[in-house]
Amino acid sequence: MTRVYVPKDAAALAVGADAVARAFAEAGCEVVRTGSRGLFWLEPLVEVETADGRIAYGPVAAAGVAAILAGDAVSLGRIEDHPWLAGQTRITFGRCGVVDPLVPPAFEGLAKAREIGPAATIETIAASGLRGRGGAGFPVGVKWKTVAEAPAARRYVVCNADEGDSGTFADRMLMEGDPFLLIEGMAIAGLAVGASKGFIYSRSEYPHANATTAAALEIAARAGLLGAFEIELRVGAGAYVCGEETALLESLEGKRGQVRPKPPLPAHRGLFGQPTAINNVLSLAAAPWILVHGGEAYADYGLGRSRGTLPIQLAGNVARPGLHEVPFGLTLGEIVEGIGGGAASGRPVKAVQCGGPLGAYFPPSMFDTPYDYEAFAARDGLIGHGGIVVFDDTVDMAAQARFALEFCGLESCGKCTPCRLGAQRGVETMDKIRAGVAVAANLALIEDLCETLKFGSLCALGGFTPYPVMSAIRHFPEDFAPRSRPAAE
Amino acid sequence: MARVLEFDFGTPDVAGEPVTLTIDGAAVTVPAGTSILRAAAIAGITIPKLCATDSLEAFGSCRLCLVEIEGRAGTPASCTTPVAAAMVVRTGSDQLERLRRNVVDLYLSDHAAHDDHGECELHDLAATLGVSESRFAGGTTHAGLPCDESNPYFTFDPAKCIVCSRCVRACDEVQGTLALTVQGRGFASKIAASQDELFLSSECVSCGACVQACPTEALVEKTVLEVGAPERSEVTTCGYCGVGCTFKAELKGDDLVRMVPWKDGKANHGHACVKGRFAWGYATHRERVLEPMIRASIEDPWQTVSWDEAIAHAASEFARIEARYGAHSIGGITSSRCTNEETYLVQKMIRARFGVNNVDTCARVCHSPTGYGLKTTLGTSAGTQDFDSVEHCDVMVVIGANPTDGHPVFASRMKRRLRAGAKLIVIDPRRIDLVRTPHIEAAHHLSLRPGTNVAVLVAMAHTIVTEGLVNEPFVRERCDWDEFQAWAEFVGRPEHSPERSEAMTGVPAADLRAAARLYATGGAAAFYYGLGVTEHSQGSTAVMAIANLAMATGNYGRPGVGVNPLRGQNNVQGACDMGSFPHELTGYRHISDAGVRESFEAVWGAPLDPEPGLRIPNMLDAAVAGRFKALYVQGEDILQSDPNTRHVAAGLAAMECVVIHDLFLNETAAYGHVFLPGSTFLEKDGTFTNAERRIQRVRKVISPRNGYEDWQVTQLLSNALGYPMAYAHPSQIMDEIADLTPTFAGVSYDLLEREGSVQWPCNAAAPVGTPVMHMGQFVRGLGRFVVTEYVPTDEKVGPRYPLLLTTGRTLSQYNVGAQTRRTANVIWHEEDVLEIHPHDAEERGVQHGDWVTLASRAGATALRACLTDRVAPGVVYTTFHHPTTQANVVTTDYSDWATNCPEYKVTAVQVSPSNGPSEWQSRYEAMADRRRRVATRGPVA
Repeated sequence: MTRVYVPKDAAALAVGADAVARAFAEAGCEVVRTGSRGLFWLEPLVEVETADGRIAYGPVAAAGVAAILAGDAVSLGRIEDHPWLAGQTRITFGRCGVVDPLVPPAFEGLAKAREIGPAATIETIAASGLRGRGGAGFPVGVKWKTVAEAPAARRYVVCNADEGDSGTFADRMLMEGDPFLLIEGMAIAGLAVGASKGFIYSRSEYPHANATTAAALEIAARAGLLGAFEIELRVGAGAYVCGEETALLESLEGKRGQVRPKPPLPAHRGLFGQPTAINNVLSLAAAPWILVHGGEAYADYGLGRSRGTLPIQLAGNVARPGLHEVPFGLTLGEIVEGIGGGAASGRPVKAVQCGGPLGAYFPPSMFDTPYDYEAFAARDGLIGHGGIVVFDDTVDMAAQARFALEFCGLESCGKCTPCRLGAQRGVETMDKIRAGVAVAANLALIEDLCETLKFGSLCALGGFTPYPVMSAIRHFPEDFAPRSRPAAE
Repeated sequence: MARVLEFDFGTPDVAGEPVTLTIDGAAVTVPAGTSILRAAAIAGITIPKLCATDSLEAFGSCRLCLVEIEGRAGTPASCTTPVAAAMVVRTGSDQLERLRRNVVDLYLSDHAAHDDHGECELHDLAATLGVSESRFAGGTTHAGLPCDESNPYFTFDPAKCIVCSRCVRACDEVQGTLALTVQGRGFASKIAASQDELFLSSECVSCGACVQACPTEALVEKTVLEVGAPERSEVTTCGYCGVGCTFKAELKGDDLVRMVPWKDGKANHGHACVKGRFAWGYATHRERVLEPMIRASIEDPWQTVSWDEAIAHAASEFARIEARYGAHSIGGITSSRCTNEETYLVQKMIRARFGVNNVDTCARVCHSPTGYGLKTTLGTSAGTQDFDSVEHCDVMVVIGANPTDGHPVFASRMKRRLRAGAKLIVIDPRRIDLVRTPHIEAAHHLSLRPGTNVAVLVAMAHTIVTEGLVNEPFVRERCDWDEFQAWAEFVGRPEHSPERSEAMTGVPAADLRAAARLYATGGAAAFYYGLGVTEHSQGSTAVMAIANLAMATGNYGRPGVGVNPLRGQNNVQGACDMGSFPHELTGYRHISDAGVRESFEAVWGAPLDPEPGLRIPNMLDAAVAGRFKALYVQGEDILQSDPNTRHVAAGLAAMECVVIHDLFLNETAAYGHVFLPGSTFLEKDGTFTNAERRIQRVRKVISPRNGYEDWQVTQLLSNALGYPMAYAHPSQIMDEIADLTPTFAGVSYDLLEREGSVQWPCNAAAPVGTPVMHMGQFVRGLGRFVVTEYVPTDEKVGPRYPLLLTTGRTLSQYNVGAQTRRTANVIWHEEDVLEIHPHDAEERGVQHGDWVTLASRAGATALRACLTDRVAPGVVYTTFHHPTTQANVVTTDYSDWATNCPEYKVTAVQVSPSNGPSEWQSRYEAMADRRRRVATRGPVA
């Protein structure tokens, strides 16, 4: 019987993967549902097992199944040889798209952590140079050590899977394609910090990821794979700000998702007031590989203080959208033009927004920026969760600046004044600018407002909204100048 | 006096090691954990703020208190940033000024213009920072959203709201009701009560903490809007329950604008309830009687007369009765609502002028068993702790008390401690609110059958003794060992086991054992109890059973433990302290003690009777028997409050001169011959003593509308009776009390001015009072274990009366309702209803809201039924706030074996469907109306 691999990643399902899988099954094939390899422009990307390896086809429609089985279809060749994959360093996503996500792996990383104990586990993570992949880039080893050393009766591990940044999908892909990696990473974190309970805080917009992760958790619990460590999956109700770690903790506690002031840091007083290691999915999922291969092996990848690999997520108006895991250090231009292949429209790229909706817009003149936390920060940008959204030359950057403020207003928890009121006033002022009303004065007011947002906000939502706004104004001033638009009556 | 303004440090006080930092170049030393904002305030440096206030935990939302810290990036909020050693803080810079002005600019862009009553901190701040108007004017605002006027006492106007969450946090942290929330997010965020309901229909209990916390007049007292901004204030003590909250009474001219709880109040720490804060309108209610009245017969209408005439008439009647029937036919009742000084004068006049001890007080019907039980076991008739003690408590046992209704301000402190992790055991037939309330759930609710407190407490003792949980070192050191052994043998008997008593008490043995273990082993454990313990035929036994348990487990003499009676009325503790009982002089010294008596005789210049006088029920019995003829009742409505109304009425009707000294023509006044108008707590100087023995000043806020403070009226009467009194001020009365009472020896008005308040004993050994009693040793020396045999009440259910009635009170109303019924509080409790379990209701064909007859062997009344599983099957419950209900027509004259405290809490009753008020109620109302008639004023003689 022919074995066929068909992804059930949401990106594949969206373009008909279920129908394709059904067609293969009806044709008598053994169908294995996997996650996605991350080549989204080729989804549904089907792999047929042969003596020569897994031969890829894509995009595949149900109607094309017969031709594939008959050997009449044009293949992409061995999937591992595909240049887009061959150029990657798949550490975190090594199994994603390859294996059946619900077959538990060996948990070698966890075994290693058990063998060397909590202190050595933390040392290994620290030696790897792994920094938080949620956006802030805080050293994971330091965080775990802080939690482990905080005096408490209980400690918690919390996985931040509330992946709300536009243009990002790495957490989702991993939870759909290799949930056991995350589970193993959490168990390692629990062992390291002395926690017996972990929570995954996911989002209601990710039904497939939640279903797969829940199924994996049940398999792990039933098989006793995690020992005394217990993981509970919780699903948020649709608030971007709940991806902010303190708002996430409030939400986990059953409260309104509002940001808490820091200090205290969650590592000192987090979930239910107890020391809590709260990490992004990708940070936790990096741990097993690091344990198996050693901290230094991971640190061998990367640039400067940004060690290891980052799964870059390319989206928007880009020819080759998808997930691309590489070590830090490529330039933005290499990523956008080289890996992404430029705009999908074929028009020139005008701007890319890096790091989600609160990230800065970069013009092509800055494509020489290396993809590295410090290098981006030096140019008032951020890597964030590794999302890159591409825009071609038809984009109106004033509309994008307005959108940033509108987004801030929509997603503001409403706790702090700059964000709650400032976002609304920012949208109104931007509307005046776009209508050509007192443009210079209103741009000055926006700048003043952005300073208040940046320095006055309680959390990064308000604090980072100025990045897209001010970068748009700074790098694309022509889009804000009074134009031939009809002035407001 | 000028307006008392309280300083706001921005964040609460914390305890910690001293830390020194530099703020604006000045070295400041504060406890570790203190916020920079508070540290700056202590150093006299004002940092702008709106969302921070020192009654609430820091929140960090307004972003006005931003500062710069050397070596740290950005501009952290000083309210949420704790100090650190050697930290260098700058509170002002060009950038900080700009950020603050911009934040105020944003606030002003969504803040409706309004009249400023001096309550809008945003306006003040805008003026300080020089922001006159917003640069963002013209944008979307919350103007035009409907103003919530539903609460009778305050309004909420979202257009003035700055969404700082101070109200929400006050409801959460201070009050613990969690009725408020922020609804929506971002710009759409708005304050909502419950699920976006009107304040009145939400879970809000109208404590007013939100109003007090609001910085902008979005939440403001209606009186502020109606009368205007207060101009002056006076600090005084609340006249409602025994918590004894301290308030600033704020006035404009001679009009009281509002009552604001005082932060420095030791009992309430700046919190209040719907009664104390809002329900003071009775002072100006149209039914308040301001002129004296007399009448020859209770069937005549009242005649308004001058004070001289009224006093002379009363004096001549008392003299006539004394001459005809003897002094023993005369007595007086002191009031637990009047001041210590006023109470003292009433008992002094009765004892010294008439040479009899026929004086009693309403504590007879509430906490007299506390006096007896605690004096017997511990040596003094009072609770052992202060309220602050609850903050150190690990296990609270609440038995026969309903603090969230009866003592709401203390309940909020209990809830705060419970939310912080203390365990709770509730022993009550009803599922009181505390059993399950937001973020609180009792570890055990022992829902016992009414009347079985002693059996439950003895079974707890059985568990502790037989499971080896006694704190033997404590007992050996502090208690009489022989008496302990006798007690341990008694409670250890097999018949006292939880398993054996289960059938009688209805409490599952396993629950009871678990609760007993928790009490004995859970850390600092404290009993809090109320009238559900005392108002039984075994009330005194139950108090002693509680005292025994606390002794056996070593729960005395330190913070967090003890035996804490929750006193019902503002000055019930004081009234008892002041010698109101027929057998005791001040400080609980027996009248038969010749030495004590002689000390009083020397100062009072009159011989005293060594025999105890009549208690209230005895006075009424004697009246019915024709031996008791004249009564002076100050501030108590015995007809409504005492059990078996018909018997009380018969006793009163048999008297020849009943002098009523009260604010209103109360129910007892239907049997009065002389009416002397009383003054409210707002209109007098004096002191009240709260449930934690705390003596606090009552200060005259406005002149008595009736002309005299109550102590002056008693003095007038005494002088007319030929026993001269010449006090110029209540402080002189307190000096006399201190002179005659060892436990009050150090008390003076000067001391109270200096200390704010003191807890007795206050004397040479304790110059500033005694927060926690029995430290080191019990007042009586060795603690005394008393064998507490459970003797069930004679009041038994049977075929005719198969249900047990128990009574209590509700949050919005106070006692017989004389005050609260004359305020807008009636909106929450218009009538007394009968709580009945749906099973019992169904068996009787009764539906929710139906009229039912409630009948006992004493009498019957009718009221509406409320179906609820808050009461267990077999138990019904009602309140006694409304005279038309007359719940006490139903209660019996069974009473505590030791003190005659009535058994209000256990009456066998039957409930049956009814068409409406009973004939008796209709007759009663007609009678009361007739007896309240006041004749139009005749020509002045």
